[in-house]
Amino acid sequence: MSSQEKTADLSSPKNTGKTGDVVFKTIAYAAGTLILVTLAAVFLFLLFQAWPLIGGDQSKVTAQIESFIPAAHNFWQYVGPLAFGTVLVSLLSLILAFFVSIGIALFISHYAPKKLATGLSYVVDLLAAIPSVIYGLWGGLVLVPAIGPFWNWVAKYLGWTYIFQGPAADPSRTVATVAVVLAVMILPIITSVSRDIFMQTPRLQQEAAIGLGATKWEMIKLAVLPFGKSGIISASMLGLGRALGETMAVLMILSPGYLYSFKLLQASQNMTIAANIAAQYPEADQQYGVPILIGTGLVLFVITFLVNFVARKITEKANV
Amino acid sequence: MTEENENKNTISVDATAVKKAPAKKKDKQLPVIDFDRFKTSRSYAAARKRTDGFMKGLIVLAFVIACVPLVSVLWSSIAEGVKRLNLNFLSFNMTGVIGGMPTPSGGYGGVLHAIIGTLEITLGAMVISVPIGLMCAVYLVEYAARGNKFAKSISLLVDVMSGIPSIVAGLFAYSMFAIIGGPGTINGFEGSVALSLLMIPTVVKTSEEMLKIVPHDLREASYALGVSKQRTITKIVLRTALPGIVSGVILAIARVIGETAPLLMTAGYATFTNVNLFSGEMTTLPVYVYQQYILRVTCRPGMDGCVDTIPMERSWAAALVLIIIVLVLNLIGRIVARVFAVKSDR
Repeated sequence: MSSQEKTADLSSPKNTGKTGDVVFKTIAYAAGTLILVTLAAVFLFLLFQAWPLIGGDQSKVTAQIESFIPAAHNFWQYVGPLAFGTVLVSLLSLILAFFVSIGIALFISHYAPKKLATGLSYVVDLLAAIPSVIYGLWGGLVLVPAIGPFWNWVAKYLGWTYIFQGPAADPSRTVATVAVVLAVMILPIITSVSRDIFMQTPRLQQEAAIGLGATKWEMIKLAVLPFGKSGIISASMLGLGRALGETMAVLMILSPGYLYSFKLLQASQNMTIAANIAAQYPEADQQYGVPILIGTGLVLFVITFLVNFVARKITEKANV
Repeated sequence: MTEENENKNTISVDATAVKKAPAKKKDKQLPVIDFDRFKTSRSYAAARKRTDGFMKGLIVLAFVIACVPLVSVLWSSIAEGVKRLNLNFLSFNMTGVIGGMPTPSGGYGGVLHAIIGTLEITLGAMVISVPIGLMCAVYLVEYAARGNKFAKSISLLVDVMSGIPSIVAGLFAYSMFAIIGGPGTINGFEGSVALSLLMIPTVVKTSEEMLKIVPHDLREASYALGVSKQRTITKIVLRTALPGIVSGVILAIARVIGETAPLLMTAGYATFTNVNLFSGEMTTLPVYVYQQYILRVTCRPGMDGCVDTIPMERSWAAALVLIIIVLVLNLIGRIVARVFAVKSDR
C-alpha cells in the first residue's frame, strides 16, 4: 500500500502544494475584492439607513428637521448650511496651512542640514500622530483663551472687511479659531507629501540652475516648484479631505450656528457636517433623527470621496 | 538707477562704437563686443540676493511657526496631565464617582475601564484589518499582473479609502450593526469594525511598500528549488518583509487608537469596566477625554474635598495617558523598522 502511494506521489510531483496554492490565491483575490465591496457597502448601508428620508413619512421628516433647525423645512435646506460651513472651515484651514507646510517641506528638503532634516521629519510625523481629541482639548482650553486678544486686534483694525467684522466673540469659539486648529492638524500630511516630491526633483536640473548663477530661491522657483506642482496640488487636496472630515476638534471648539455666513470672528455662525452628526447623534430620535444625520453623513462621504479621488488621480498622472 | 541707465546707453551707443572702430584700424574689421552689456547691475544682483535671503527667512519662519503648536500641545498636556496622573487614577474606573467628590479610595475616579476598552477595541480592529490588509497587499504585489486594471483600481480605491472621514466609518459600522442586530445596537466590536475601516488602508499601503522591496532574487531562488508560489510567499517573502510589516501595523494602530468620533456612536460610553467586547457599552480613552471635557460639576459650600475643575483635570490626565501610549507605539514601530530592516542593497 505504502509503496503504491509513494509511486503515485512521485508520478505527480506537481500536486505538492497545489491545493494550498489555489486556496492562498483565492484568499488574496478575495481580500483585494473585499476593498471594493467594503467601499460599496459603506455607500449602500448609509443609503439604506438614510432611506426613511426619501421613502418615509415626509411630514414627520419635515417635523424632525424643523426640530433640528427651525429655519429648514427639507433635507437640502438642512444640509446646505452644514455643507457650506464644512467647506468654509476646511478651505480656510487649507489657506492657513498651505504656505507654512510648503515652507517646512522646502526647509526639510533643501535648507536644513541632512542630520537635522531627518529629525525634523520625525517631528512632522509626531504632529500627525497626536490624536484629534487632544487637539480639540488643547484648542478648547489653551488656544481659545490665548488667541482672543489677537482676534480682537484683527477685528479692530481689519473690521472694515466683511469677513473680520467685529466684535470678536469672547470666548473665541469661532470659525477662525477652528481653522487655526485644523490647519495645525492638516499641516503634517501636506508637508510630508510635498517633501517627498521635492526630494525627487532631478539633481541635474537643480545643479544646472545653480550653475547658471541662480540663487537658491531662484533654483527652487525654477527647478523644484515646477517639478513638484502636481504633488503640491494633490497634497493640498489630501489635506482638504482630512479637514473636511475632521470631527472632534470642531465639535470641541466651535459654537454652532446654521447660517450662510462669512463672519469668521463671530460665534454661532457655522457648523460642519461631521461635528453636527457627533453633536446631534446622542439625542437623535431613532426613527427619523438618525436617518437624517446619516443622510448628511452620506453627503460628506460623497464630498470627501470626490476630493480624494481627484487628488489621487492627479498624483497617479504625475507618477506615470 | 544710474548704472542701469548707463547700461542702456552703452547699448544704444553700441552701433556708433562699431562704426568708429574700423576708422582707427583700417585693415582689420574686428567687431568690438561690449561685455558690459552682459554684466548684471549691482542693484539688480542685490535685489536678487535680498529676495533669496527674504525667502530663506520666510521658510525658516514657517518651520518655527509649526513648532509652536506642537510644543504647546505637548507642554500643556504634560503640565496639566501630571496633576491627576497617579496610580489611583490608573487603577479605578468611574463607578461611584459623584460630582466633584472624592471616592472612598481617596481618588477622583480613573481610567482603568477606558484603558481596557481601548486595548480590546483596538485589538479587535487589528484582528480584522491585519489579515485583510496583508492579503490585499499580497494580491497587489504578488498576484496582480503589471497594468492589471482591476489591481490598479483597487490600489486607487485603497488610497481613496484612507481619506474616509472617521465619522463616516462610525456611521458605516452603526448602519451595519443596525441591519444585523436591530437599530441602536451598541457594543465594543462595532467600534472595532469602524476602526478597521480606517486601519485597512494604512496596513495595505505599508505592507505593499515592504513587499515591494523584498529582492526579486529571493523569489526566483525559491521557485528554482521547486517551491510552490504559496510557500514562497509565506515562507520567503512575508518572512523577509515581516519587520517592516510589523512596524507598519504598529503605526496603523497608533493612528486609530486616538480615534474618537466613530466610537462615540458605536461603542458608547460607560462608567464601569466592561470586558465583554461583544455586548454592552465600552469606553475608550479618547471618548473618555471628550466626555470629561463636556462634563460640568458644581461644588456647593459644605462639600468637603469637592473639586469643581476635576473633569478638566481628568480630561488632561487621560489625554496624557493617550499621548504616552501613542508616542510609545510610534517609537516601538520605528525601532522595529530600523533594527530588523531588510538589507536590500547588496
